[in-house]
Amino acid sequence: MTLTRRTFVKAAAASGAAFALPGVASGQAHAPLTRTIPSSGEAIPAVGLGTWITFNVGDDPVLRDECADVMAAFFEAGGSTIDSSPMYGSSQPVIGYGLERLGRPDTLFSAEKVWTSSAADGPTQIEQSRRFWGAERFDLVQVHNLVGWEAHLDTLFAMKADEQIRYVGITTSEGRRHDLFERIMRDFPLDFVQLTYNVVDREAEERLLPLAAERGIAVIVNRPFRQGELTQQLESEPLPAWAAEIGASSWAQFILKFILAHPSVTVAIPATTRVDHVRENVAAAAGPLPDAVMRERMAAHVRDL
Amino acid sequence: MSEWWTYRPEDFLLFSPRVYWRMFELHNAAFWPLHFATLAAGLAIILLVLRPPPRRGPWVELILTALWAFVGWTFLWSRYAAINWAIVYVAPAFGVQALLLAIAAARGGLALDRRDTGAWVGVVFLAIGIVAYPLLPPLFDRPWRSAEVFGIAPDPTAIATLGVLLTASCRLAPLLSAIPLLWLLLSGLTLRTMSDPQAWLPLLTAGTAVAVLALRRLTPAK
Repeated sequence: MTLTRRTFVKAAAASGAAFALPGVASGQAHAPLTRTIPSSGEAIPAVGLGTWITFNVGDDPVLRDECADVMAAFFEAGGSTIDSSPMYGSSQPVIGYGLERLGRPDTLFSAEKVWTSSAADGPTQIEQSRRFWGAERFDLVQVHNLVGWEAHLDTLFAMKADEQIRYVGITTSEGRRHDLFERIMRDFPLDFVQLTYNVVDREAEERLLPLAAERGIAVIVNRPFRQGELTQQLESEPLPAWAAEIGASSWAQFILKFILAHPSVTVAIPATTRVDHVRENVAAAAGPLPDAVMRERMAAHVRDL
Repeated sequence: MSEWWTYRPEDFLLFSPRVYWRMFELHNAAFWPLHFATLAAGLAIILLVLRPPPRRGPWVELILTALWAFVGWTFLWSRYAAINWAIVYVAPAFGVQALLLAIAAARGGLALDRRDTGAWVGVVFLAIGIVAYPLLPPLFDRPWRSAEVFGIAPDPTAIATLGVLLTASCRLAPLLSAIPLLWLLLSGLTLRTMSDPQAWLPLLTAGTAVAVLALRRLTPAK
């Protein structure tokens, strides 16, 4: 499916996204953009915080404090969603450390994953993750990369019915297993899907993002900067002058605005170790967003560099 | 894992280079000044290899047994596993290596009596693992605090152990070389995935050791 202005507006309306029409600011200045979770109507800020690699700092007290500083800046800027996984090494206890240091902000939207091929180990792993975070319960638990997905979805839907978690989701990354991903999206009442999408990785636009809008599933976007590779490649290039039209003052904001302007996208979760970068990321959602025509211009510009 | 062919080495790297090297800084700080003792033990190994005492003893094997167990427990299991869950499955191999070396010691020790070209390669490995490795940080623009020291960090311990084994004439030597070789391969690939210029060192030493062991198998004993 090609994203035309018409489908763009239609999908936006269906998802309840508060995005900007051409030439119209998305909201008040400095107010982070929020998106609605279709299955509940709950609004959450559109820029979250990923923890892959960046929060895996082990027991290093200096780096743990740096992560806590990043979390503090994130919450201060109006962020809410923090995403992690048992696969991410020590990221979970590091998040728990940060939350403890910050007095457990009540604006947190906790997004976790279950990642084990053993169906029986799923509940134990989720409980261990919960203890690492020091959370009463998770808002969202996703089946990581579809590992053991059938059994884990049974577990997660039962936990949701029992109000042990609020939302259920599945994840993939870097375009893997999209056929199966699509089938699960069609067959199960998912609240969230998480997938890779950015200005150069646009495969999700073909089927998954339209399907998410059609099925009323919230979308979390991982690897917005291709794990930093994209921003590193672009940093030697000047930002085009017309980026000012969408309020982008850096390549990171340029890319995030591209992602967030897709009406099916609910939250993008860039990861960072730097306080200035987390502020910059959250700020990307505070100004105007590109329309469909501008998005194509952005993609073409990056492709041609 | 499905679609395994779509994964790159980078997809298995769970931590940043900064976290990796700070791990050595913290480890060194935790065990300082034990480094002097392990380096002294290393120098004793070099002496025992170059000038074997008239009566052969299992001293080299006993020292290496203790250091492999120590590095496996304190570094891999207690520190590295915190940022790399795969190390939980690797750390026991260090225990196995310690056990194998202990068995070699119980059998009276290895005959460290080779003096062929391969044995001299082993002596060079001993010099690299015990003397050169702690001096590497400034060459790679890292602080001294992140130095990898024989008996404290795994790479120099594995390289020096291979050095000892290349000077040994017993049949157990290739078996005892397997775990150090596999560790150096894993460590080298990890460094390479981090684009660390030091990656060539564990990979080159492992490759050279394999070449020496293979040549020995192909060349009939005189």
